[in-house]
Amino acid sequence: MASATGGVITQFYNCVVLKNHKLVDDYVYVQDGKIIDPAKMFFDSRRAADVRIDCQGGIVAPGYIDVQINGAFGYDFSNDTDIIDEAVDNVSKGLLLQGCTAFCPTTVSSRPEVYARVLDHLGPRAGSVERGAEVLGAHIEGPFISPQKKGAHELATLRTAAGGLAAFDECYGLDRLRQNAAYVTVAPEVAGMLDAIPRLIEATGIRVAAGHSNATTAEATQALAGGASMITHLFNAMHPFHQRDPGVIGLLGAEGVRPFYGIICDGVHVHPHSVMIAYRAHPDGACLVTDAMAAQSLPNGVYKLGEMDVDVHDGNVYIQGTNTIAGAVITLAECVRNFARFTGASTVEALESATLHPAQMLGIASRKGVLSYGADADIIVLDHDLNVQRVFVAGKEATRENVIYKNKV
Amino acid sequence: MRLVIRHNADTVADYIAEYIKERINQFKPTDERPFVIGLPTGSSPIGVYKRLVQLYNDGHLSFKNVVSFNMDEYVGLPRDHPESYHSFMWSHLFKHIDIPPENVNILNGNADDLQAECERYEAKIQSYGGIELFMGGIGPDGHIAFNEPGSSLQSRTRVKTLAYETIIANARFFGGDVSKVPKLALTVGVGTVMDAREVVVIITGANKAIALAKCIEEGVNHMWTVSAIQTHPRSLVVCDDDATLELHVKTVRYFKSIEQVQDEMIGRENLGLYGQVAGPLKYKAIPSGN
Repeated sequence: MASATGGVITQFYNCVVLKNHKLVDDYVYVQDGKIIDPAKMFFDSRRAADVRIDCQGGIVAPGYIDVQINGAFGYDFSNDTDIIDEAVDNVSKGLLLQGCTAFCPTTVSSRPEVYARVLDHLGPRAGSVERGAEVLGAHIEGPFISPQKKGAHELATLRTAAGGLAAFDECYGLDRLRQNAAYVTVAPEVAGMLDAIPRLIEATGIRVAAGHSNATTAEATQALAGGASMITHLFNAMHPFHQRDPGVIGLLGAEGVRPFYGIICDGVHVHPHSVMIAYRAHPDGACLVTDAMAAQSLPNGVYKLGEMDVDVHDGNVYIQGTNTIAGAVITLAECVRNFARFTGASTVEALESATLHPAQMLGIASRKGVLSYGADADIIVLDHDLNVQRVFVAGKEATRENVIYKNKV
Repeated sequence: MRLVIRHNADTVADYIAEYIKERINQFKPTDERPFVIGLPTGSSPIGVYKRLVQLYNDGHLSFKNVVSFNMDEYVGLPRDHPESYHSFMWSHLFKHIDIPPENVNILNGNADDLQAECERYEAKIQSYGGIELFMGGIGPDGHIAFNEPGSSLQSRTRVKTLAYETIIANARFFGGDVSKVPKLALTVGVGTVMDAREVVVIITGANKAIALAKCIEEGVNHMWTVSAIQTHPRSLVVCDDDATLELHVKTVRYFKSIEQVQDEMIGRENLGLYGQVAGPLKYKAIPSGN
């Protein structure tokens, strides 16, 4: 059925569609990996649907987008430097089957040699059934972070931006950043950082997030003014909220444009009450992230996160022998369900926090995280309890049969 | 002329949708001999379209071998404008059913040569052997399609300037802003509609009461163009109680009595779709008294 008017047209029917911030009785049409305007096809090209997919009354939403994930299925993006391509491939495929159709592979604070080895392999890559979820570019978390708020990051890798842009070049390589990074997490109070943020943005075009930080309100506000547009895992690894100096957390109450914020809804990293408070303060900024690490989808045990050994037990992940939380093992689909429960957010708001908002944060909301005409056909079908039933990437359905990956363990 | 009176817009829509379904199914359309239907836009047919979609979803009706010709389209409005008649037909009917895109015909209000477009449209209708059933609504000024008062009762498809009352009536679809309403439209003519083998007119609401009265109780008059149905050999008007408000009591009683006789004395099972009696009359009962 391919012709001058394009390839096979697929119609999703018997569904409610997330469209214009509402769930509406409607159809979604896909052709050649994109969502298309069916009226145009009908009247101009005289084409109707070739394939019809019965969604059995379910919800049709954009595929989930995870902008903070360190690894899964036994792979770690900072540690598996020798098999980084295999890591990206298998994580992409595993995430796809979970309903996450695009993600930012995240690196924890590492030495320059590690960035030199892996960054070029974490750059943008289109999603497909053959290769897995789309890679949106790396989220480079650290090493320009606060030693007091390093969480599970290794102290010896941390550094300052006293050298300005040169410090970033020396650590990551500015070209490498430009080509492969989606965004970088820094602590505003680190020496030289406040001056460096606008320069970094201008030189590389990447986005900057504040995180792993003890910044004062003044420092956080200045970072925001300098172009920082995201907060990394709100509440975790940052100065706790203080009423007279709310710091990074306080940016949710800033005047003018407020940043997006990643928030981990596994019920472990952030208390449900805290999630509700953040959400009510700034609902449009919520970006659900997993911050998942290598043990996601694997049984309890000891695993590596970067250079650190971590204990995984029933959804809790701690640096061995400590009380320091070290990443999560949750899926984004579970985060969405938890988020809705913790905050009382509507289905639309919960779904948008894992689709539209991350896409907006990355500046790609014309083609990702939305079901608009012309957007990439990354689609999930969910039941009304928000369980993912079917996954489509670039217009093709991803199933256990056609997405073949092997996990390490 | 048949006049079927039902209680309100919902029951009117029920009747018409059921009627159209029966007409199409009894016609048994095929690829070589499709059912050619004329379709309107506006608020009156929305309920009919909803029910036709439901009939399709329930498997009682298919549009695979139906060819459609819409009555009209605005001139100069982009095809994908939310208020174009293309958009209306797509969202209320075509997107929900199995009508093949090549079977759908709507006038192109953005054609370079509007006159040629009108002639092409007439020729296309002819190529199918004419229209089997033309459904239409009525304006408060008694117009059918955009055949405003003063349109020739023999008119064909052409460009029309819209009447003031029509522009006001349509302003509600353009945010209440009269200046945004298109002033020109392409429309099938009164003659084009009357050439159909059957004409079905849907008339609901008190604001159509005067128009209905003018069209069926007074003369054939180009100031009330729907009145042309008086000379059509097979026309059906379906209206609600509110639309009968300006009719003579005698008129309403007469048409209601026809249905009553059909139901009580003759029996629905002995009647065809047009109310025609097949075979020798078998009276069910002769009422005593009254």
